[in-house]
Amino acid sequence: MKRYFSPAIAIGVGLLVLFGYFFQNSSLNAVRTIFVQWAVLLSAAAVFVGVINLFLVHLNKVIHKSRDRVYSLFLLVALLLTLTFGFLYSPNDPVMVNIFNAVILPVETSLMAIMAITLIYAAIRLLRRRVDLMSIIFLATAVVVMLGAAPTPFFQIPLVADLFRPKIINVLSTSGARGILIGVGLGTLLTGLRVLMGIDRPYGGK
Amino acid sequence: MSLTALAGIILVAFSAVLLIGLFLLKDRVKASFRTIPAITKFIRSIGTAVEQGTRVHFSLGSADVTRERTGASFVGLSALHHITEMAAASDKPPVTTSGDAGLAVLSQDNLQSAYRAAGMEEQYHPDAGRVTGLTPFSYAAGALSMIADEDISSSLLAGSFGVEIGLLTEAVERQDAFTLSAADSLPAQALVFASAKEPLIGEELFAVGAYLDTSRIHAMSLYVQDILRWLIVLVLLGGAAMKLLAGLV
Repeated sequence: MKRYFSPAIAIGVGLLVLFGYFFQNSSLNAVRTIFVQWAVLLSAAAVFVGVINLFLVHLNKVIHKSRDRVYSLFLLVALLLTLTFGFLYSPNDPVMVNIFNAVILPVETSLMAIMAITLIYAAIRLLRRRVDLMSIIFLATAVVVMLGAAPTPFFQIPLVADLFRPKIINVLSTSGARGILIGVGLGTLLTGLRVLMGIDRPYGGK
Repeated sequence: MSLTALAGIILVAFSAVLLIGLFLLKDRVKASFRTIPAITKFIRSIGTAVEQGTRVHFSLGSADVTRERTGASFVGLSALHHITEMAAASDKPPVTTSGDAGLAVLSQDNLQSAYRAAGMEEQYHPDAGRVTGLTPFSYAAGALSMIADEDISSSLLAGSFGVEIGLLTEAVERQDAFTLSAADSLPAQALVFASAKEPLIGEELFAVGAYLDTSRIHAMSLYVQDILRWLIVLVLLGGAAMKLLAGLV
């Protein structure tokens, strides 16, 4: 029964939401808004399920004494502490805001910094891993754009800052980016159509 | 109705008619595509993973399922279903990581239905579909430790990613595992090109289903994508020519 029931609901709701998007002034738009609000509520409920999943995975790691169980234990303690504070205070309370600003923000910023180093390392290794024309163009473009943007104390590098970099960013890069985005857009359209026709079923089942 | 909405309806209806039409033509339209070495190597790496008893990892990104960027993650889910059916007999079943709880629930559902289809539902464990963090970087941080711990030999990163994908590809490469990486955003694609062994650029992400031989309609949807692309090229060139002519007159 589920085999037919789930796709029927998904296709029906999908079509209503799609038509509601196109016919903004009709009653379909009101139906679309209701369905989207339901989806947001379900998504919020899924966050709770996701946190339980995260908790259980790390609890299992601690119980089964896996190699990195110390980190898992740390995560569990932090999760329970934050949850307790969240219940005691509201999410907008200064205590909760401070927890966010003092822990999550610096950690994510540090990861961003690590990412920058990782990218430089990857770029250095690129020609060792894959020597082809595209890799050479990629690296050369990156070097020219970075040199053009580099803060030089007394003078700008001739041609690079005032000719090559603007041409690369405004003409080559923008047109290439648009091409890629059109391709991604078409791919997304076709994926959506397959879901609406019940061929792709991201909600499981075949 | 606005002109944009009308254009949207025409595009969607035209694509749907084309897709159904090509599908109904059956054997009169033969599916033949150029080789994408990255996908060929990925399929080979799945076989190696099953033989060696190592794990296949799927990373689905951190797009919220209620947002418009979920399309790319649906490609990852489709591949997950297909490959889990292929690799269900492996000693170490495939594992997925997501940065969105809704996406993780969908991945668990797909894993379960793939095991059911392979006749091995008892092999399924909900732990195989994990949320590793709820912000892009916490998701990447959580997935990093999983990549290091779980004896992964092949990894498919397909979905909606930001720059955090750079950390994931580097981690997989450090494990000397095979990575097939594809993302929908431009910064992520640039990072993937620099850091992954086998990157997929642009709409190649959406070709994964057809190349994995998921179904005939996946192949036909690639044809429709090509036809639409050529139409857009013609419209752009026509527009440019008309503007040029208007300038000359």
